[in-house]
Amino acid sequence: MEVGLNHFLVVSTLLFSMGIYAIVTRKNAILVLMGIELILNSANINFIAFSRYGNFGLQGHLIALFVIVLAAAEAAIALAIVLNIYKTLSTVNIDEIDNLKD
Amino acid sequence: MTESVLINLSTAILFLPLLGFIVTLLLGKKVKSVFLFEVFILTVVLIASVVLAFGKLSYFADDKITAEFEWFRLTDTFAIKLGFLIDNITVLMLFVVALISGLVHYFSIAYMKGDERYNRYFAYLGLFTFSMNGIVLTHSIIMMYMFWELVGLSSYLLIGFWFEKKSAADAGKKAFLVNRIGDTGMLIGILILYITYHTFSFDQIFSSISAGVLPFNSDFWLSVTGILLFMGAIGKSAQFPLHVWLPDAMEGPTPVSALIHAATMVAAGVYLTIRIFGLLTADAMMFIAIIGMLSAFIPATIALTQNDIKKVLAYSTVSQLGYMVMALGVGAYKFAFFHLVTHAFFKACLFLGSGSVIHSMHHEQDIRNMGGLRKKMPLTYITFLISSLAVSGIPLTSGFLSKDGILAGTFAFGSLTGYWIFAVAGLLVALLTAFYMFRLVVITFHGEPRDHHKFEHAKESPFVMAMPLAVLAVLSIFIFYTPNPVSAEQGWFLTKWINSPELHTPNSTRFDFMQSAEMIAQTNVSEHSTVLYSEQYSEAMHSAHYPAMFLSLFAAALGIFLAFAFYQWKKVNVDKLVSNVKPLYNFSFNKWFFDEFYQKTFVTGLFGFSRFMSWFDAKIVDGIVNGSATVTHAFSTFMGGFDKYVVDGLVNFMAYLSGFFGLIFRRVQTGKVQTYIVLVVFSIIIFFFFF
Repeated sequence: MEVGLNHFLVVSTLLFSMGIYAIVTRKNAILVLMGIELILNSANINFIAFSRYGNFGLQGHLIALFVIVLAAAEAAIALAIVLNIYKTLSTVNIDEIDNLKD
Repeated sequence: MTESVLINLSTAILFLPLLGFIVTLLLGKKVKSVFLFEVFILTVVLIASVVLAFGKLSYFADDKITAEFEWFRLTDTFAIKLGFLIDNITVLMLFVVALISGLVHYFSIAYMKGDERYNRYFAYLGLFTFSMNGIVLTHSIIMMYMFWELVGLSSYLLIGFWFEKKSAADAGKKAFLVNRIGDTGMLIGILILYITYHTFSFDQIFSSISAGVLPFNSDFWLSVTGILLFMGAIGKSAQFPLHVWLPDAMEGPTPVSALIHAATMVAAGVYLTIRIFGLLTADAMMFIAIIGMLSAFIPATIALTQNDIKKVLAYSTVSQLGYMVMALGVGAYKFAFFHLVTHAFFKACLFLGSGSVIHSMHHEQDIRNMGGLRKKMPLTYITFLISSLAVSGIPLTSGFLSKDGILAGTFAFGSLTGYWIFAVAGLLVALLTAFYMFRLVVITFHGEPRDHHKFEHAKESPFVMAMPLAVLAVLSIFIFYTPNPVSAEQGWFLTKWINSPELHTPNSTRFDFMQSAEMIAQTNVSEHSTVLYSEQYSEAMHSAHYPAMFLSLFAAALGIFLAFAFYQWKKVNVDKLVSNVKPLYNFSFNKWFFDEFYQKTFVTGLFGFSRFMSWFDAKIVDGIVNGSATVTHAFSTFMGGFDKYVVDGLVNFMAYLSGFFGLIFRRVQTGKVQTYIVLVVFSIIIFFFFF
């Protein structure tokens, strides 16, 4: 059996779903950030897959690289935010961080 | 002697009594003897009026002197002017008023002695004299109306002078109110004259009528105007059907009754009719004659049975005034004024005589308690007797002359127009008058005293009361009016002193006998002419003279004879006679039930009407107001409800709706990021699912 586009898409969908699942269910903000990393990576898989099987040249690769850079920057900032949240609220449990409601 | 002297004298005669009134009224409480000032003023007025009459009759016998000035002006065309019209009738009337007023002043000095409002009484007399002089002197109908109301006021004040007595206060009110009825008609008449002629002056009105200007351009309205003006006379001269106030007015002091309610004020109505004689049409004169006839006859029958000495005289006054009015109605103009003058003297004498009796009997007025006073009060008796002879129309008295003239006038009128009823009524009244006057004389002065206690204390009145009686009784003798004791036609009073009347009405509206011969002969002469009375009339008058004289003499003699037979010689049992004709007696004794009739109809009717109006006001008018208020209130309540429930409801509903949806949607806003993400994801899934 030859590995085709569909297999890549299935893997990326699984990854994406697991990312969503982690974002929605995890209570720890760090774990939620990790879920976001999963989603970003599933998107990267899609880019690469479409770049390989579609007639797009190197554009998909470039964007994947761009996303990885972006994910690194995002992680740095998000972790800084989480650290600040922890400093002010003494918790990283996002169920308790519902100040937006007020 | 010039005209300006006469005018100045008239001004003095008019205003001196006003001065007397003001001074006496203001100083009345401080200075006890201030009444002497008023008496002095009246003496001056009396002398002035004698001089005026003498000057006018000697030097200006045929002139009409007028003087006027503008009182005030409201617009360019509307100005009220005051002024004098001095003709022979004016000066004679002024003399009569001044003389009787003066004598009444003297008489009152003794009669009113001891009254607590002594000075005020004299002040009121001054006010009355002022107002009466104003009526007599005026040249315009509006000024006459003003003084007309002023005499009404002074009459009211004097009738109610003893206002502590309820009957006196009521009588004053009655006199005033009844007079108002007549005055209202007069005012309407004056207004019709004004809107037609734009002037109030008699002379100008008459000359306009002569020029053919008529109210509303119709003969009919000229008659109506005459009758409306005459309504003032009906009220003031107590003519039928407004005669009811005069007998009640006897509640006032007796000298007042003599002055106001016998001699002068009640004659003002006749004077008014004389002044407006020039505009009376045949229809108006007929109306006046009928009113006069009824007023002469009805009170004469009432006077037969009255027991109050003043009431008898009061009804006699109404009856004699009716005579004068009837005389004017049938065209006997000169005799009407002649009778006015003679009647003023002898009726004032009768009233003052009755005042003298009442004074000496300590305010006893019921003739059934009198009797035999002849011996105690000889002078009062003699003067009373002379005046009674005069009012009954016995020769050698002034009353005979004037009454005979009026009867001759009614006879002539009957023969010329066919209406003999006035002559018949005149004779009947002459009979009745003689009877009730001598009933009064016999019961009061003859026979035996009935109340011995009062009789013992009765004594002749003092000089100030006796002197006026004597003067007035002397003036009731023929010689002052004419040298011929049986006919006044050629006497100086009728030929020299009274001017011939002028008639200004269109020829077609006059009685035939009031059109002169040449007017009848030549139809193309001016339609209007002031010439009065045809040859035919003087012939009829001449031929009526002797029959009228003998018949009236017979009637008077019969009346006197019956009175003596009934009450002096007692040939007839009066009580039995009365019980035989009880209904008639009661009818007369109760004054034909006029008061009861008016009470039942007009007074009750008016009260009923007032109650209806009050009910109408309270229920209908207030009902409408309250109803509209209720409707407004109900509408407002509805609008309020609408506002509150519908408009506010809508607004609130929207708010509620927003709130409701807000409640629903706020559930979504948990503030938890994860929930939002779930929603976003689901939304995207649904979005993809559909598109």
